[in-house]
Amino acid sequence: MSTVPLIFEKSTSGKRAITFPRCDVPEVALESLIPSELLRQKPAALPEVSEIEAVRHFTQLSRRNHGVDVDFYPLGSCTMKYNPKVNEEVCRMPGVGFAHPLQPAETAQGNLKMLHTMEQWLCEVTGMDRMTLQPAAGAHGELTGILLIKAYHESRADLARKKVIVPDSAHGTNPATAAMAGFEVVSVKSNADGSVDLAALREVVGADTAALMMTNPSTLGLFDPNVTEVAAIVHKAGGLVYYDGANMNAIMGYARPGDMGFDVVHLNLHKTFSTPHGGGGPGSGPVGVKKILEPFLPVPVVQMQGEQYVWDWNRPQSIGKVHGHYGNFGVVARAYAYCLAYGPELKEVSEYAVLNANYIMAKLRDYYDLAFDRFCMHECVLSAKTLRNEHGVKTLDIAKRLLDEGVHPPTIYFPLIVEEAIMIEPTETEDKATLDRFIDAMQRIAKEAKEDPERVKSAPHTTVVGRLDEALAARKPNLRYRGD
Amino acid sequence: MRYIPITQADKAAMLRDIGVSSTEELFAANIPADVRLTRPLQLPPAITEMEILSHVAELTKSNANLQDYACFLGGGAYDHYIPSAVDTFLRRGEFLTAYTPYQPEISQGVLQVIYEYQSMVCALTGMDLSNASMYDGASALAEAAGMVVAQTGRKKVVIAGSVHPNYRRVVKTYMHGIGVEVVEAPLDHCELDLNKLAGLITEEVAGFIVQQPNFLGHVEQVRAIEAMVHAKGGLYVVCADPISLALLEAPGNYGADIVVAEGQSLGNAPSFGGPYLGVMATREKFARRIPGRIVGATLDTRGQRAFVLTLQAREQHIRREKATSNICSNEALNALAATVYLTLVGKEGLREVANLCVQKAHYAAARIAKLPGYQMACKSAFFKEFTVNCPKPADEINKLLLGKKILGGIPSSVDYPHIPNAMTIAVTEKRTKGEIDALVAALGEVK
Repeated sequence: MSTVPLIFEKSTSGKRAITFPRCDVPEVALESLIPSELLRQKPAALPEVSEIEAVRHFTQLSRRNHGVDVDFYPLGSCTMKYNPKVNEEVCRMPGVGFAHPLQPAETAQGNLKMLHTMEQWLCEVTGMDRMTLQPAAGAHGELTGILLIKAYHESRADLARKKVIVPDSAHGTNPATAAMAGFEVVSVKSNADGSVDLAALREVVGADTAALMMTNPSTLGLFDPNVTEVAAIVHKAGGLVYYDGANMNAIMGYARPGDMGFDVVHLNLHKTFSTPHGGGGPGSGPVGVKKILEPFLPVPVVQMQGEQYVWDWNRPQSIGKVHGHYGNFGVVARAYAYCLAYGPELKEVSEYAVLNANYIMAKLRDYYDLAFDRFCMHECVLSAKTLRNEHGVKTLDIAKRLLDEGVHPPTIYFPLIVEEAIMIEPTETEDKATLDRFIDAMQRIAKEAKEDPERVKSAPHTTVVGRLDEALAARKPNLRYRGD
Repeated sequence: MRYIPITQADKAAMLRDIGVSSTEELFAANIPADVRLTRPLQLPPAITEMEILSHVAELTKSNANLQDYACFLGGGAYDHYIPSAVDTFLRRGEFLTAYTPYQPEISQGVLQVIYEYQSMVCALTGMDLSNASMYDGASALAEAAGMVVAQTGRKKVVIAGSVHPNYRRVVKTYMHGIGVEVVEAPLDHCELDLNKLAGLITEEVAGFIVQQPNFLGHVEQVRAIEAMVHAKGGLYVVCADPISLALLEAPGNYGADIVVAEGQSLGNAPSFGGPYLGVMATREKFARRIPGRIVGATLDTRGQRAFVLTLQAREQHIRREKATSNICSNEALNALAATVYLTLVGKEGLREVANLCVQKAHYAAARIAKLPGYQMACKSAFFKEFTVNCPKPADEINKLLLGKKILGGIPSSVDYPHIPNAMTIAVTEKRTKGEIDALVAALGEVK
């Protein structure tokens, strides 16, 4: 079975799964309650199936999907580590999963305390003074952080600061965020090792600089040796420095963005703090700030008032709200459980993440080009440039061939500054046998690329579907079921 | 360590292969000494799984929760029934522990779920296309505001004062970023004042945002508003309650250009406010303007139907600062919950849920309005929420209700000072007649 019919195609008129109790109050005709011009004329065309058909359908679909629970998932920059099962129990506890966001704060003290404690712990890990847990994902955290910086400059009537500097090695979310916050984006080129080019930076900073956004370790998996200098240059020009925490899994307990000079930091709890990625989300993107930015944090902020935790809404300089409630609380609860499991030993998380990445790099350096020849941090970036030039086998082909090995390929064609990039982030939660199996597969593919390039270029061979016609998908968009 | 499966022997062998004697050498080669943290992290000592469970249970046991209390709170977070099979799939590791389906050949499961989700959203809203999800209803509404600004080139957005106060706050935060003015349209009791609205909708307005039913529970004159907005060339954004769409007209049938919804009520736990589900659907002509991931059907090399992320030339990883939004991670797992929920309740079941809500809410409203000192705050029709004026401030009344294991409605005092003692009460299909009668009796005791 290589296709699964849509649930709509399995639908039969009149079939039911869930039914509901009979109405226990006197029923009144709908038309007498709601004006007829506001009533729906035609029922929504939802599927009609029995419960077992529904359960088999989604079980069949789940079997056509790769996850960390299935096998190795070294997707660079995404930190696809193991998601502990106890966290799934924690977020479903009655007081956690079944608390209402608008219930009085005095009836949700446990949750306010959890948020308050998490804020303190994350401040300790990052070296920041305060933290908001309201942003629902990394990019949402970026937007929050850049809006905080905007509010800071506005509060000082420093309105000429219209530009945000973003290195060309940055994730696409950085420039997109700056634009969403109304800033002009200035791209600054990186050195070959992904670090910020100080001379190029000095040329672009000035009285119009609002901020610099930086990922450290960079998207090449290398720590920027000049990070304090970078922060000093921007600060001297009157700008603030933003830390993209995408790569925080590399440095926990070893270094803190707050100590490097950053004013704002966002974390990705769904990366570094083990919460599941869910097929694309939900995430959680807490934002930490130095004291100077505290007045601008989103409302409400959890505060201690005597023995009570309260929501503090009275913050006249706040940027407002970025989420309907307090953010992805269920995700924060999972990360809270993760912090409890590690405590100060979070440092070992980073230690083993870095060990595993360097091990892979050491074992593959004779088979692929290295983006940069230096010990890496939590991820290593290889390149298939030579294989492409000499054998016509591209990074995409290698990624597709890996699918036949049952592992998820690394991130490919990113960072943009590395040709034919292959970005591998094994994380700390893999055992050596899994790393060795991946290394063996990558080595075999490199050999096969030379001996039988067509076999690699026509991959995958064993997946439920072959390569997809993406051009057709974009040219003739088919974005929903339309019936027969 | 708990989740690190490398043995000391493994570690020694790996270090040997790398050519170093300790992991410290790897860090020393990267991190300059002046930014190294030289002390241990000040965090409580690690505890085991057993201890984690008892710690969190202890921490949260005093929280009121919807399993122990009869909940009449709504405001975008509802106590609807979640069928058992929903959680079965939220726990499937293949869905739970996957990321965005960048490699379609091994991600057909998530991709097909999202395609089915998009199809169901279109069926409910009457729109042409849906994205794969956004963070929540509030942020999706803010993104919709950004969309109407980008589409029209106009720099002002008008939003009904009857839209959820927190959603209005989020829209304002986002719009401040791009220098767009947000004007609030005033209310007459519990619904929009259409006369005043007419004066606000001009040719400078990029779009108008209405919520149906509104935050106070009551229905707006969505057809009359549509004519006003389109007459001035603006776009019409409707924030809908997805359960209500089983019985209320689909916004696509009364001229909405963008429909946004909070999808929590579709199989997602209240979870103290998140993770929720931002639903967004629009017209085909705005396909290249909508933010977020979109899944499309196509063919593979073997000629089979297969699914893939598409129209990506809108997105940040391709377009960087020219993208339609910076959104990357979304709420895919919550969209899965919604898809399984809508499959399980199905076409007829959703109408049943909606009808139970309407009937029970009207039963509750009629009984409460007969109590001395209580009156409906307005006469207009409502769906599952309604607003009543009370003899005392609502938060005082709620304190009394808590003692009877009842979570009372949302006090209006902060956001709607013109009805200072009012309370907005939500009644879902889960509330029994007994619970409603208990609420009415408790309210009747307020002097």
